[in-house]
Amino acid sequence: MVDIVIIGAGVSGCAIARELSRYKADVLVLEREEDVCCGTSKANSAIVHAGYDATNGSLMAKLNVAGSLLMPELSRELDFAYEQNGSLVVMMSEEDRPALNTLYANGVANGVEGLRIVERDELVEMEPNISDEAVAALYAPTGGIVCPFGLTFALAENAASNGVKFQFDSEVTNIEKIDGGWKVSTVKGDVEAKVVVNAAGLYSDKLHNMVADDNMTIVPRRGDYFLLDHTAQGHVHNTIFQLPGKYGKGVLVAPTVHGNIIVGPTAIDIENKEGTATTQAGLDDVREKCGMAVKNVPLRQTITSFAGLRAHEARHEFFIGEIKPGFVDCAAIESPGLSSAPAIGRMVAGIVKGILGLEVDLSFDPRRKGILDPKELDDEAHAALIKENPAYGTVICRCETVTEGEIIDAIRRVPGARSVDGVKRRVRAGMGRCQGGFCSPRVMEILARELGVDQSAITKSGAGSELIVGVNKDAI
Amino acid sequence: MEEKNLICINCPLGCPLTVTLEGGEVKAVAGNTCPRGEAYAKKELTNPTRIVTSTVKVKGGKLAMASVKTATDIPKGKIFDCVKAIQNIELEAPVAIGQVVLADVCGTGVDIVATKNVPAKG
Amino acid sequence: MREYELVIIGGGPAGLAAAVAAHEAGLKDILILERDNELGGILNQCIHNGFGLHTFKEELTGPEYAGRFIEQVKKLEIPYKLNTMVLDLAEDKTVTAMNREDGLFQLHPKAVVLAMGCRERPRGALNIPGYRPAGIFTAGTAQRLVNMEGYMPGRKVVILGSGDIGLIMARRMTLEGAKVQVVAELMPYSGGLKRNIVQCLDDYGIPLKLSHTVVDIEGKKRVEAITIAQVDEKNRPIPGTEERYECDTLLLSCGLIPENELSRSAGVEINPITNGPTVNESLETSIPGVFAAGNVLHVHDLVDYVSEEAGAAGRHAADYIAAGCKVEDHKALPVKCENGVRYTVPVAIRPDAAGENVTLRFRVGNVYKDKKVAVYAGDTCIFSRKRPVLAPGEMETVVLKTSLLTDHPEAEGITVTLEEA
Repeated sequence: MVDIVIIGAGVSGCAIARELSRYKADVLVLEREEDVCCGTSKANSAIVHAGYDATNGSLMAKLNVAGSLLMPELSRELDFAYEQNGSLVVMMSEEDRPALNTLYANGVANGVEGLRIVERDELVEMEPNISDEAVAALYAPTGGIVCPFGLTFALAENAASNGVKFQFDSEVTNIEKIDGGWKVSTVKGDVEAKVVVNAAGLYSDKLHNMVADDNMTIVPRRGDYFLLDHTAQGHVHNTIFQLPGKYGKGVLVAPTVHGNIIVGPTAIDIENKEGTATTQAGLDDVREKCGMAVKNVPLRQTITSFAGLRAHEARHEFFIGEIKPGFVDCAAIESPGLSSAPAIGRMVAGIVKGILGLEVDLSFDPRRKGILDPKELDDEAHAALIKENPAYGTVICRCETVTEGEIIDAIRRVPGARSVDGVKRRVRAGMGRCQGGFCSPRVMEILARELGVDQSAITKSGAGSELIVGVNKDAI
Repeated sequence: MEEKNLICINCPLGCPLTVTLEGGEVKAVAGNTCPRGEAYAKKELTNPTRIVTSTVKVKGGKLAMASVKTATDIPKGKIFDCVKAIQNIELEAPVAIGQVVLADVCGTGVDIVATKNVPAKG
Repeated sequence: MREYELVIIGGGPAGLAAAVAAHEAGLKDILILERDNELGGILNQCIHNGFGLHTFKEELTGPEYAGRFIEQVKKLEIPYKLNTMVLDLAEDKTVTAMNREDGLFQLHPKAVVLAMGCRERPRGALNIPGYRPAGIFTAGTAQRLVNMEGYMPGRKVVILGSGDIGLIMARRMTLEGAKVQVVAELMPYSGGLKRNIVQCLDDYGIPLKLSHTVVDIEGKKRVEAITIAQVDEKNRPIPGTEERYECDTLLLSCGLIPENELSRSAGVEINPITNGPTVNESLETSIPGVFAAGNVLHVHDLVDYVSEEAGAAGRHAADYIAAGCKVEDHKALPVKCENGVRYTVPVAIRPDAAGENVTLRFRVGNVYKDKKVAVYAGDTCIFSRKRPVLAPGEMETVVLKTSLLTDHPEAEGITVTLEEA
């Protein structure tokens, strides 16, 4: 029997795992997909909300503000891309002034620092591409952007290096109370644990309902996005939201930590928890709305469009707590879940620590070094690196200038990349304007070599997504 | 008298040809830019042929595959037989452009030749 | 690192032809930088025939065509570096590159030829709604997998886009045992060559549906079905015209874009229509001594024209260096395009710097019948040629005697246009 099973290796599950790795405990993370960061955590706005939006007094508000405050230090400790670029909630009509003031007051009450209202002149100076109709905006200098993959992998790797085990392709099928804990059945066999943490994102209702007295329903709320090429960089500097009001609710336009521009999302409640398909209507909606607060969004420079699902629950509140002895919910984590993750990790770990009476592990190392990006080195260090390891001299992804050295590092990490998407999310190979056209065959080759399997076994994103179906003339 | 419209595939110009037939025999060809157009039309309506290009495996080479082609065109009806005939061929590196991979494919009198130099590994 | 007078970025058909021509023009100090592990570029995966009719007067496959140029480069002992990625090109022509052996290095050539080729428009840029499963490949990626690695990317295929690579891959996949169900093309005409429609689709009974696009991709892990629909004149899908195809693969052949990242980093002016640099009659970009040719300049239909253009760029680069890299102040005539002519290469002609002839290349924006191509110097028509059919898939070439321009010193510009025949 292990001490703790965490179900779900999204950003919440990984944050919890990392926090629990501070203590002397056997921790196992079960994940139904083939890698960490495969659900809601992988397809979202990549925003660290400052925390003015969530209703004052809610758990969501508390964890958002706390998470946002923890993020800068965490990004230094764990070496992932994060930037405090600031955010603006733009008001498009003087009529909406009361709503803007209310938002400001809510933010102040939530404890968000540095909030102020900027009027048009200053707004235009900050964002030359702001809409001609923009009147004023709520400015949150602590608003940030983060690489959601980078954050999640960093948490997972740090947890793993401090002893947490990860088990993939292990969908949970049943949870049963046993003496001294729980029996968690997965498609790969049973695991017994003293404490179970439900961090299953879209499926947290399903797990909740396996053990709880009440019923929870998580609704997948789909968001469609466009991601624009580096050539659009600088179109906006802050994350730009539109104040819901006279002209309806807009979409955000924001820079990403990697120099792209992200535009979206829609908010469409659907039934299918796997329904990550974009629709024409959804994309049209984003196309139409993105121009409300920002002028001339260069959608022609789109390199990809995608959809993510938020784990929405009717109360629009995080649901965190021990619902049965030794069963802890971390459910209904929708936006601002990514922003709150560091605080969610602490809160849930605190609950578990209380249940098990965990002791601090003095060997815990809070630091993790990210995958080395040679582009960030000066020329001398860069040259020395290639000399030491020539794999850093071979460029595999031309669009994002990703070398073989980085890809090998991504595969050899724990937990490491096992698929083309796993490599892509870790080092951005295939994330650029050609979307893997040139590099995916090369990435497949490296994956096959490193994992010691045939190239035909390489998948895009786990079993069932094989990229190659056979060899030439095998079916003529 | 019967008229048929064809597109010449000899070169990328893709001339639109109008062929006049009488009793299955080509009487006139119009629309061609060069004499090859006329020859193509006659052949296409009596004995259509194509050049077939494909790949075969290579053992011990710097590359896993070598590209190949029929040295000249073969009857259109034999294209798939020709591909089948090279299905299990595995060449030993080095492979040189022009090297005969399979002589007289499917009794056409045409050889399959390599179109790629593949040096031996190492 | 030893310095070179001329650095050619790209060892595909353009780079090879530029190197050979520059060498023949008397410049011996040349280096080719190639990012792949062999010379030849995209030709290595174009194993079909149809190359070389203009250049070699015989029909060759891609690897054979490349082989001819590679042989010349080797015979002339022109040095080249493989697996070498150029990371940056600065305005002063400093080339920053890297590979395993030399590490990170810089070169300071007197002239540069940009010959990086082009890339395919990916699914993301097309905004096709639906899932993002495995089984969606650009035609070129599939071509590499099948032709160079011997792997089948799928068994039941739908192709979007009737560009030449898409058509060629329809035949390739069929011959390798896959079932190609349909080729859908957004435009009311094909972007590929007519001969390819005949010998790649018609020969195998593969339907080509013009004015159709993909409206849905099903399958979470691997493509399971593709739905296509007819589009109206604004390219919007028409409800009720949907057709669903069960398949495991979607190949995309929806256009090529010049690889202009280095062109941009150097700061050369880019033509928004071609997405390649703007050049003068000498194929020189807005930065003196930086030349461009082949698909990095504008996407060509035939490799023969790439070789021809790149040869000219190589010669001009050699001349530039031989003349001491001087920037001459010649009068430049801007070239304007009208009436369906989408762009021209070059965008400016300096009659005093041009040799005996000036070559103008362009494409039209639609299918035109019974037109004539006309070139004006100022208001005077100096060239016209009847063209029974003009199509966007085919590049047009006009070779002008430079004397036709010098005969009209009053002209302030040149216009290329289509007129009724």
